[in-house]
Amino acid sequence: MVDSLAYTPQITLEFEIGEKDFFVAGECASRVKKTLQQLGLKQDVIKRIAIIIYEAAMNVAIHATSGRLVVHVEPDAITIRTEDVGAGIEDIDLAMKEGYSTASYEIREMGFGAGMGLSNIKQCSDDLNIESRVGVGTTLNARVFFSDERRHEGA
Amino acid sequence: MTLQEVQELLEAQVLCGNDECLARSVRVCFACDLISEMLLYLKPHSLLITSLTNAHVIHAAQVMDAKAVLFVGGRRPDESVVRSGELNKIPLLTTMLLTFDCCGRLYEKGIRGDKQ
Repeated sequence: MVDSLAYTPQITLEFEIGEKDFFVAGECASRVKKTLQQLGLKQDVIKRIAIIIYEAAMNVAIHATSGRLVVHVEPDAITIRTEDVGAGIEDIDLAMKEGYSTASYEIREMGFGAGMGLSNIKQCSDDLNIESRVGVGTTLNARVFFSDERRHEGA
Repeated sequence: MTLQEVQELLEAQVLCGNDECLARSVRVCFACDLISEMLLYLKPHSLLITSLTNAHVIHAAQVMDAKAVLFVGGRRPDESVVRSGELNKIPLLTTMLLTFDCCGRLYEKGIRGDKQ
């Protein structure tokens, strides 16, 4: 298991996420996890990244009309970015609050929409930035460092 | 205890998973019906007990390295979900028992939860 990669892999994984494309989120998380395991990253780091991807992609599928997920591997960190076109978030602080949700019954029936998505993402990220314009869309940028030292510097 | 013993204890039916998979041992169990909660608390090598039967359960189990999934209340996932379990080498079981009884019987046999 490594804290930084000896070489600089130019790996960028991109996924398109359509409106109500609910099951693509798990597939994205699953596929990125397999790729990162091949790079030899630590299990807990991989898990944090997979959770961020799962929740962020799910948010796009639930709330946006279209969007995409871009995962970029750097020598010592990973950036996860989602960009979507859609309703946007009116009050980001409120949306970050655990338990706050605007998800429909259909989403809740699927096992999501408990208002845990953004707080899960925050908990797993070393650096998190969300920008949103109501009626336009949302961009989320999350970063996860491979080593614990960088993690504490970045947080 | 092995998954085979879990199957007998909970009167469960195996939906996918061969003898080799069922010989795996389980010590930790986690029961929940919220995917976000699975992503937050599910510990590696746990038995996941749930009443959800959609594809997210398999994805969450795969991402979090669960050992097996048990569906309660006689629930059965679609064939595509069972195939996904097979593909990801995650044994799937189903029982007529409900969550409380499953957890109670497992607890009596020494299986515990593992929340940090």
